[in-house]
Amino acid sequence: MTEWVVQAEKLDKLFDDKQGKTHALKGIDFRAEKGKMTALIGPDGAGKTTTMRLICGLMDPTGGSLQVLGLDSVAGAEEIQSRISYMPQKFGLYEDLTIQENLNLYADLHGIPQDTRKGRFAKLLDMTGLAPFTGRLAGKLSGGMKQKLGLACTLVRSPDLLILDEPTVGVDPLSRDELWIIIKQMVREENLSVIVCTAYMNEAAMCDHVYVLNLGQMLFEGTPQELSQVAAGKCFEVDPPEELPYRVLQGSLLDDTEQIIDAVPESGTVRYIAARPGEPIPTLERWSLTPRAVDPRLEDGFMILLHQAADLEKTRIPLAPLDKIPPRPAQNEVSIEVKDLVKKFGDFTAVSHTSFQVHKGEVFGLLGPNGAGKTTTFRMLCGLIPATGGKLSVAGENLRTARTEARAKIGYVSQKFALYTKLSVLENLQFYGGMYGLPRKKLQERIRTVLEEFQLTGTESHNAGDLPGGYKQRLSMACALLQEPEILFLDEPTSGIDPLARRMFWREITDLSCKGTTIIITTHFMEESEYCDRIMIQDHGKMLIIGSTDEIREKLHKPGANMDAMFIDIVNQSRARGEGAAQ
Amino acid sequence: MDLGKWKEIFCRQVWYMCWKEMLGTFKDPRFRRVLLIPPILMGFLFGYAANFNLENITYALLDKSHTKASVSLAAHLDGTDFYHRVATLRNEGEIADPINTEKAMLVVVIPEDFVDKLEQGQNSPVQLITDGRYTMTSSLATAYTSRIISEWMLEQAGREPPISLQVRTWFNPNQLTRWFFSPGILGIMCFIQVVLLSGLSVAREREEGTFEQLLVTPASPVVILIGKAFAPVVVGLIEGTTLLLIGTLWFQVPFTGNLLTLYFAMLLFFLASAGVGLAISANCQNMQQVQVYTSLYLVPNGILSGLFTPIRNMPEALQVLTYANPLRFALDAFRRIYFQGTGFWSLGYDFFPMLIIALATLSFAGYQFRHNLN
Repeated sequence: MTEWVVQAEKLDKLFDDKQGKTHALKGIDFRAEKGKMTALIGPDGAGKTTTMRLICGLMDPTGGSLQVLGLDSVAGAEEIQSRISYMPQKFGLYEDLTIQENLNLYADLHGIPQDTRKGRFAKLLDMTGLAPFTGRLAGKLSGGMKQKLGLACTLVRSPDLLILDEPTVGVDPLSRDELWIIIKQMVREENLSVIVCTAYMNEAAMCDHVYVLNLGQMLFEGTPQELSQVAAGKCFEVDPPEELPYRVLQGSLLDDTEQIIDAVPESGTVRYIAARPGEPIPTLERWSLTPRAVDPRLEDGFMILLHQAADLEKTRIPLAPLDKIPPRPAQNEVSIEVKDLVKKFGDFTAVSHTSFQVHKGEVFGLLGPNGAGKTTTFRMLCGLIPATGGKLSVAGENLRTARTEARAKIGYVSQKFALYTKLSVLENLQFYGGMYGLPRKKLQERIRTVLEEFQLTGTESHNAGDLPGGYKQRLSMACALLQEPEILFLDEPTSGIDPLARRMFWREITDLSCKGTTIIITTHFMEESEYCDRIMIQDHGKMLIIGSTDEIREKLHKPGANMDAMFIDIVNQSRARGEGAAQ
Repeated sequence: MDLGKWKEIFCRQVWYMCWKEMLGTFKDPRFRRVLLIPPILMGFLFGYAANFNLENITYALLDKSHTKASVSLAAHLDGTDFYHRVATLRNEGEIADPINTEKAMLVVVIPEDFVDKLEQGQNSPVQLITDGRYTMTSSLATAYTSRIISEWMLEQAGREPPISLQVRTWFNPNQLTRWFFSPGILGIMCFIQVVLLSGLSVAREREEGTFEQLLVTPASPVVILIGKAFAPVVVGLIEGTTLLLIGTLWFQVPFTGNLLTLYFAMLLFFLASAGVGLAISANCQNMQQVQVYTSLYLVPNGILSGLFTPIRNMPEALQVLTYANPLRFALDAFRRIYFQGTGFWSLGYDFFPMLIIALATLSFAGYQFRHNLN
């Protein structure tokens, strides 16, 4: 007989507060088996975190029954909490304490006896690779290391149930891999029961059982294989013709809502899900392309389910059709020129002797593990921090001498939502337009245009802070594009937004680049580098590789490899070289 | 870019920056209440509670003489409106209790040989025991009591006093502390509010990430600075007006000067205060730090401003320190304008230092905005 660690029936949660009613969970059934890994996936606002918090007994359900470890989640909340471990998205590390002190603290909180601590700490530090740094302050660690320390603190004792809420969000593929190795090892060695929320489909595929949640309703329950099978016979890939960027073909396919459910550029081809396989697809006929059938994956099944559930017409933004091969980025027109760029913070070299060029109309990706120096490079390009050395020119203006002029020609979208939450949508737009010095008439006209372009019409009087996540992102884009910048800087714009919204986001980027806007983007989703014309990978402040994804694949002799794998390869190779040189 | 276009863009940026700051400050009704209620409360509180004038002197009497003369002396004290006898003691052992328990502010001890000495024409001591824990009130009470006793003495002797003092206190004839405090409370309340508000506004933007978004726009630090100083100065003017009205209308504090001069003084003072707040804020990463540093700044500067104690009583070294304190000059200017009616042109002594402080702190803050981003 199967033993369940969590059993929920008709679970319901209704938030009713000043901000209004939100029906977060609408009578879902959910079960997690003992000793297995159960994944909960779904877009933003699906109710994943609510489910997790209910299981932990942090909130009371408003309907249905919920049993955790055989106990009622309300009556037995205290006992449940003493037996489970919960790692929230942002783990509560004490930044002013060292790694060792953080571990001690959590061990104290859980009342772990001194004699068992030693062995446990040694094991955790060894697994996480943090052993050499026990004296370092937690606040000084990179994002990936922080997350590993968070996991180690969660696992100071072996819980009856481990709950992980998006443990790898904002973490680079290298650290992500390492985190999953730790989790899997713990499951194997200690027969842990795990429930994990994740935005990465390949992580869900590693679990034993998958639940798909959307807008408080359970769309699917089954094994990862069963979820993949939802898309059986519908998945294809197609190679774009010469001179056609992947993103244009992908965007063109995506616009065909009749025939296409989903399309992404991937591993040197464009992968798509056909709604009615066998029927002719106008985009493919236009360029007379022949698709190849491929095996379905978990993500394909997930996209089909979401697609069925979502009202896409509402979120779709009318953009110019992609039916022509856009002009290639002009090689002789340089948007950004970087020569021998250096940035030092005290003794620490964040960026060391980096040179590259970005051409007008190019989509240029900055990639690298956490702490590689890409954020520093990015901030120098925007004129937010001064360079220590080297030459830096943006949109034809030297950043040393003409920062104001350069800033007038760029748009910037930061990683965190950085508009005024207390001001309305319209007030935010007016303010930023004013800062860019747009005359009143022109400003009104531009505001109307961007409101339409980003489907924000009707939300003008809402406070920006009250908008749902996707809208916030669109508003940030709208503000950055008010003054029609020559260059648009995007700092991890897609972290924390769901796959459907990400598709729409990249569709907008494709449209912008067709209009000649240069785009500089950083991202943690390696597969998104396939949308870029060229990418640059950094590690430890050094530029490791630069080029189009095709060129990089060729260089590494790995045709058809996906970017995650290539990225890990490149970084590991460089680190091995670095160690070799040091010895 | 030609100058005309540049000016046009600059003005537009300043306009939108100030507009945004005003929205950010006044849009939230809760915040509006937080801005207005404390100064009103403090205005009334200080008007009623902060008072150095003694109107009720409690005392205990130990009369060891038990003569007609000693009873008459006690009756003379009781006969005033201010003296209230709370205990009549029987022996020395009972003196400590009324002082210790603060039942009495002073104890009057009349010795056994009081009358004998008087009649022999000798000096006849009467002991006053006062409470040194409250130096201000005890010295006032001592002064009052000794005056009353010497009057009684002269009356007994049937003589007119050889000299009589005719005291006229200029600007505040009845020496009401309420008058003294009214412009002071205006100064310090606005000082705290403006420094804190301007300090927090940049730190809040830093925390929310909007400051960076602002710095990638072509707006220069000057534009940001003007906007950031604008809203706190407006808040200060509103608050100052409220406190001025409470003082003059409710507490009947006289206002003999020129309103325009007062507002000019306030404007300069708030600019300097906003400059201090922004300079603090430019060096802080979050609101917590700002709160710590502003209170570190505000407390000593409140004391060194001459709000409670005269600056000329302070040690030389501390007097020098007060020159970097805008509140010191503001209080001086406010009091002069309120009571003395000093005109605009005679206040340069107060205006110039405030102007210099404003310019120094604001330019420092503007420089730091750009250079403190790492």
